[in-house]
Formats: sequence, C-alpha cells, structure tokens
Amino acid sequence: MTRTLPILTIVAAIIVFWYAMTVVMNSKWTYDQASRAGVEVSFSEMVADTLAQDRPVLPAPHQVVAEIWKTTAEQKVTSKRSLVYHGWVTLSATLLGFAIGTALGISIAIGIVYSRVMDGSVMPWVIASQTIPILAIAPMIVVMFNSMGVTGLLPKAIISAYLSFFPVTVGMVKGLRAPEGHLLDLMRTYNASRLAVLWKLRLPASMPYLFASLKIAMAASLVGAIVGEMPTGAKAGFGARLLVGSQFGQPLTIWSALIGAAVLAGLLMIVISVIQRATLKRMGMAT
Amino acid sequence: MSDPVITAEKLGLTFQTNDGPIHALKDVDLTINKGEFVSFIGPSGCGKTTFLRVVADLEQATAGQVTVNGMSPREARLKRAYGYVFQAAGLLPWRTIGGNIRLPLQVMGIPKADHAARVARVLELVDLGGFEKKFPWQLSGGMQQRASIARALAFDADLLLMDEPFGALDEIVRDHLNEQLLALWKRTEKTICFVTHSIPEAVYLSTKIVVMSPRPGRVTDVIESTLPAERPLEIRDSAEFLSIAARVRDGLRAGHSYD
Amino acid sequence: MMHWLIMALGVWVAALAVNIELSSQRGFLAQLAMPVLFGAALIALWQGVVVGLNVSPIVLPAPSAIWGRFWAETPTLWADFQQTFIGGALSGYIMGCGAAFIVAILVDRSPFLRAGLLPVGNFIAALPIIGIAPIFVMWFGFGWESKAAVVVAMVFFPMLINTVAGLQSVDAMQRDLMRTYAANYPQTLLKLRLPSAGPFIFNGLKICTTLALIGAIVAEFFGSPIVGMGFRISTGAGRLELDMVWATIAVAALAGSAFYGVVALIEKRATFWHPSQRR
Repeated sequence: MTRTLPILTIVAAIIVFWYAMTVVMNSKWTYDQASRAGVEVSFSEMVADTLAQDRPVLPAPHQVVAEIWKTTAEQKVTSKRSLVYHGWVTLSATLLGFAIGTALGISIAIGIVYSRVMDGSVMPWVIASQTIPILAIAPMIVVMFNSMGVTGLLPKAIISAYLSFFPVTVGMVKGLRAPEGHLLDLMRTYNASRLAVLWKLRLPASMPYLFASLKIAMAASLVGAIVGEMPTGAKAGFGARLLVGSQFGQPLTIWSALIGAAVLAGLLMIVISVIQRATLKRMGMAT
Repeated sequence: MSDPVITAEKLGLTFQTNDGPIHALKDVDLTINKGEFVSFIGPSGCGKTTFLRVVADLEQATAGQVTVNGMSPREARLKRAYGYVFQAAGLLPWRTIGGNIRLPLQVMGIPKADHAARVARVLELVDLGGFEKKFPWQLSGGMQQRASIARALAFDADLLLMDEPFGALDEIVRDHLNEQLLALWKRTEKTICFVTHSIPEAVYLSTKIVVMSPRPGRVTDVIESTLPAERPLEIRDSAEFLSIAARVRDGLRAGHSYD
Repeated sequence: MMHWLIMALGVWVAALAVNIELSSQRGFLAQLAMPVLFGAALIALWQGVVVGLNVSPIVLPAPSAIWGRFWAETPTLWADFQQTFIGGALSGYIMGCGAAFIVAILVDRSPFLRAGLLPVGNFIAALPIIGIAPIFVMWFGFGWESKAAVVVAMVFFPMLINTVAGLQSVDAMQRDLMRTYAANYPQTLLKLRLPSAGPFIFNGLKICTTLALIGAIVAEFFGSPIVGMGFRISTGAGRLELDMVWATIAVAALAGSAFYGVVALIEKRATFWHPSQRR
C-alpha cells in the first residue's frame, strides 16, 4: 500500500487539476455565449456548462471517457469509427517496425563488436543519427514510398524501424561488450570458436541491456507509426485521428486518440516487462 | 588523568527487519578517555561500526545512554566535535585535494583567511605536501586515504573516529600508514577510535583494545595495552605483542567469532 | 549512364579498403577519417545510383540536386531555421529543462512526492507526447508559442527523471560525511548533490536537444505561419519538391548535431571529473 499511495495521490492530483483547468479554459466560451444571449450565468451554471460543451477547449475527463467508450465498446471492432480499429492499424505498423528495427539493431551491433572497420566507420554515424530529427522527415518517407507504389503499412513500419534500431544498437553494443575480461579469457582457455563465444557468452550477457533498449525502442516505434500516419491524408490509425480531429476542430477526437495511444504505450511496456522478467528469471539474472 | 571523552552506558541498538529484530548492539558499557587510541575489533556484525556511527550521530541508539564530551551525540555533532574517516576515501572528484580539505572548513564557516594555512598544515602532517592542486583520481588508493585523514584533521576536532580506513589497501601500504598514523597521533594528541578487522593492526596501534562479538553485538573484552609508547614495526615480532594478540584471539573465540 | 554506377561502386570499394587499413591504426586523425570516409562513400554511392539508374526525382533526388537547391534557397532555409529552431526548439528547451530542474529540486525534498512522481513521470515519458501537438496548436495558435509549448511538454519529463535520479545517486557515504560536518540542506545540495548529479543532468540535457528539435518540427505539421522547417517539409512533400525537403532535412541534421555538440562540449568542461570524460 505504501508504494501505491504516492502514485494514487499524484494521479488524483492530476485529475483534480485537469477538472479545474477544464472549468477555467472553457469558461470564456460560456460567458461569451451568455453575453450574446443577454443572459446572466451563475457560477454553478458556468461550471456545469464548462464540463459539458460540444467543442470544448479542454474536454473534461468524463467527457473523454465517454467518447472513448462510444468509440470502443459501442462500435464494431471492424468499423472505421472504432478506436480499436485505429489502434490496430497503428499497432501493426508499430510491431512490424519494431521487429525490423530490433533485428537490424542486433545485426549492426554484432557487426560493430566483431569488426573494427564497422566500429570505426559506422558507430559514429549510429551515434550521430540520434542527433538528427529523423521523425521530422516522416512525411517525406511516406511520399517517397508512395511514389514507388508502396503504400499503407510498410512506409510507416520503415519509419518505426529507423527510430527503434538506434536504442537497440547502442544497448546491444554495450551488452555484447559487457562480459568482463576474465570471462573472455576463460572462453579462450576452452579454445572456444568466435560463434561459441557470441552464442554462449556475449548474447546471454547482453540480455538485461537488450530489454532496457527494447522498451525505449518500442516507445520510439509507436511514436514513429503515429507520426507516419499524420501527414498526407492518412485515413486510419491514431495519427490519422489526431490529424482529423485537428483539421475539423474536434477536440474530443484528438483526446480520445491521445488517450488510446497512451493506453497502447502502457500495454506494450507491460508486455515487454513481463517477457523481461520471465526471461531474466529463467536465466538467473532477475534483479 | 582519566578525562572521559566518550561514555556508553547499557547502550543498545536494535534494527527491526523482515526476518525479525537484529541486535546490532546490546548492553555496551564503555569509557574512552582523552588521548587514548582505542581499537574496536571483531568479525562482521559485531557492532563495531555501529558503535562508531552511534557516537557520530549517524545512527540513533534504541536503548541506554551515550555521551560525547559530556553532551548527546547530536549536540556533539552540531558542535563539530569529531572528525570521521570512512572506509573509502570518499573525496569529491570535482575538487582538488586542497579543495576537498577546504570542504569542511567552508561548511563550518571557518574564516577564509585561515584556509590556506590549515590545508598546508594537515597535508604536511600526512606527508602529502605539494599535492594540493592534484585531483583525487590522480592519486593512489593509499594517498587518497591519507588525504581523507588530512581532511578530518583540518578543523579542530579533538576526537577522530576511523572506520576501517586501511581495509581496502594492500599490506605493505597498510604497514606504512600504520606507522604514520601512530606518529600523527603522538604529534596531535587527539583521541582516536579505530575500527579494524586486523588483529595485528589493532594491537600495534592502540593503548586500549575493545574486543567485540556478534549476535548480539557486544563487548567481550577490554584490553589495556602494555606495549611501550615507542613502537617500531618490528615490535610485532616481540613476545609481548604476541601475548596481547593471543588475548585478543581468546576474546574473539569466547564470543564465538570463529564459529 | 552505367559509368556513374561503376564509379560509385569504385569509390565505395576504395573507401572500404582505406578504412580497413585505418581501422588498425590508433591516431585521432585515423579515427576521425573512418566515419568521414564512410559518409562520403555513402553519398557517392547515392549519387551514382540515382544518376546511373535514372531514379525519378520525386522518389529520391540526387545529392547534387539537393546541394544546388540548398544554395539557391538559402534565405528561405535561414528564415525557416530561425522560426523553428530559435523560436520553437530553443525557447521551449530552455523553458522546459529549466522548469524540470526546479521541480526536481522541489521534489527532492519530499520522499513521498518522489515515490509518486517518478513512476508517473516514467510512464508519461514513454508516451507519444508528440500527439499533444494538435491540441497545443489549437490553444496557443499558429505562432512559435505553440511549438515552444510542445517542446516544453516533450522535454519536461525526461529532464525531470534524469535530474531526480542524479540527485538521488549520491553516495550514502558522502551524505554521511556532510552529516558529520553538521551541514544544512542548502550546503549539502550545492556542494555535494548538484555537482554529483552533473552527469545525469547533462545526459538529460543531451537527450532533450533531439526531442526539442523533433517537437518543434512535428508541431509545425499541425499548423504554422508560412515559414518553418516543419512547414517546409510537409508542404514540400505535398508538392513533390523533394529536393527542397532534403535540403531542409540537411539543415535540420546540421542544427541537431550542432545543438547536441554544443551541449556535449559544455558537459566535458562541467563534468571533467567523471570517468567517462577522462577516457
């Protein structure tokens, strides 16, 4: 209980703050409407109005919950109005990109650790790539692939893959190099081949680093998929909903997509944590 | 001549853990007089470090009484009555050696004009004169520990509490530092409480040896040393030295330290 | 057109050979030359493939075309840079990191707040915060203020988590040391915990440089005056003027690397004592 109480307190404080801001930010509209109709509004009427507007500047938490309920439980999962459908579109791009990025990251990492040429020429670029705002060229990547006739899932997955390969590469390079000198010496006394050292020593030792990177990579992959959906009139996915809500001035659409993305992010993190704990426990490396 | 600096009466400290209470200290009665060099020796868990930390007000006793300079440990700490030397040098890596020694002076509000003289003096005392502008990572382990001792001497505390300061060093460096510490003690006339794992170190350095044992942490023997004031390293081979060491070992055995 | 392709492959092989030779050398120049050669060879390969295989400019423009566009449109690119980087990214970065730093010090005082804020903060930092961009544009308008607000939202939590972690990372022994000096909270904070937290704080600052630029550019996808790097990218992509888009990307890459580099240089001076800086 002592561990959850502070978290619950903070979450409660956030919700209270949210409600307060809802009243404050929507009040202008209420007063404008009232003065135009020549009517006086009492404080409690104003509060009630701010919490139930159609196009609020800031929707109240219960409004967002209602919207989410409307677009999930009350819709068929395959309907284009269902948040679950959009979530699935984003999720599929995320997972594909994540898989590609992770595979790429591990391969590059192995290359960097085993080849001095790669270490010297590629690793600096891997690091430099982190400072370049790749996310910003998402629209261009989508256009480029569309011009080549590749549409839909793959361009978004490529963006996600690019964003997720970096943390995996950096983490795996650190992990593959983690075994201490005396363990490598031990393998030499066994006359172990390079493949054996990789498989039996370096890869197992890098598991904790890998899982830490996978979480970052998954979060980055999700962001990549969402941003990949945002420009050029994409029709489906959370990013598309954000765009639609923004273009048509429907805050509730934006907020439900945002919360949906947050829930998806949370779920993905939990899945990785569970896999991490199970794997590391089996390997005796659970902390 | 006995002028008590530290008095402990039925001192006890019990930790509550998930596996039940741990009696780190139980019924400790001890008096430490001015100018003494007292070693605390015993295996892990015998309470020697805990006792030191209670005296320093880094832990609070749960039973009994302890006074430092006639006050509670908290008041003594607020009055800056002692210098503490930890197991690791713990020098701040972003300050030079001189800067590190100035740290307590700055915290305690000692006038800036005095700083340079104090730093020079204590560095001389530990034989590190001229190392003022170096950074800790440029010094060896032994030198860092000497700097840590110098830091504890920089302000005018008459009591020095040392928690296994030489434990991480190799034996040859340790012997050398033991010699230097003894010389330092003679020159400064401070009261020193010294925690150690090493029987020869305890016997070599002290005027009084407190033998402790674990479960619960308690004092099994207090030995007044009969060794002369002049102690070259060779004294470790003398019969007197060996008999005191044997007595220490007996105390440890009696406290089931070897079980 | 095949000769372009063959030339490009030739450059690639030559660069690889030189790099293999350089990889066994120790000197700083050799280490610097390797990635430079690799990058140059990559660009040569790009040029060769695009020209040799007659790739359409609406798919991938040649580096030479991008270079030409860069110099032809420098005033536009410069105006974009000022709007996005200085107006959005930099101002949001300073506000966001500054606020996070102050909140971290306040939170540091209360173990209760820390226990609640850290898990919540870690969760929020893993969310696609960029999604908040359309909302902020709705609230703060099309100008640089909304972009700065997005940047603040993106950098606040990573910076907060790093600073709090740094303040907590202080060695228990050194905290005891300050206790034996009867040091008070401000003294301990200024003389021990803040310098000790330096590496963590700079780690956060470096991560936030990238986040700031991304936030500013992507926020412009949702609405901006007719200037700004994000605006240039999204409209250029829409009009299939890909060489302009790539030129803007080049500017963004330069700006991002320079920003990161400046912070890394400051880090080297400020945390000179840390083992990672001494290697």
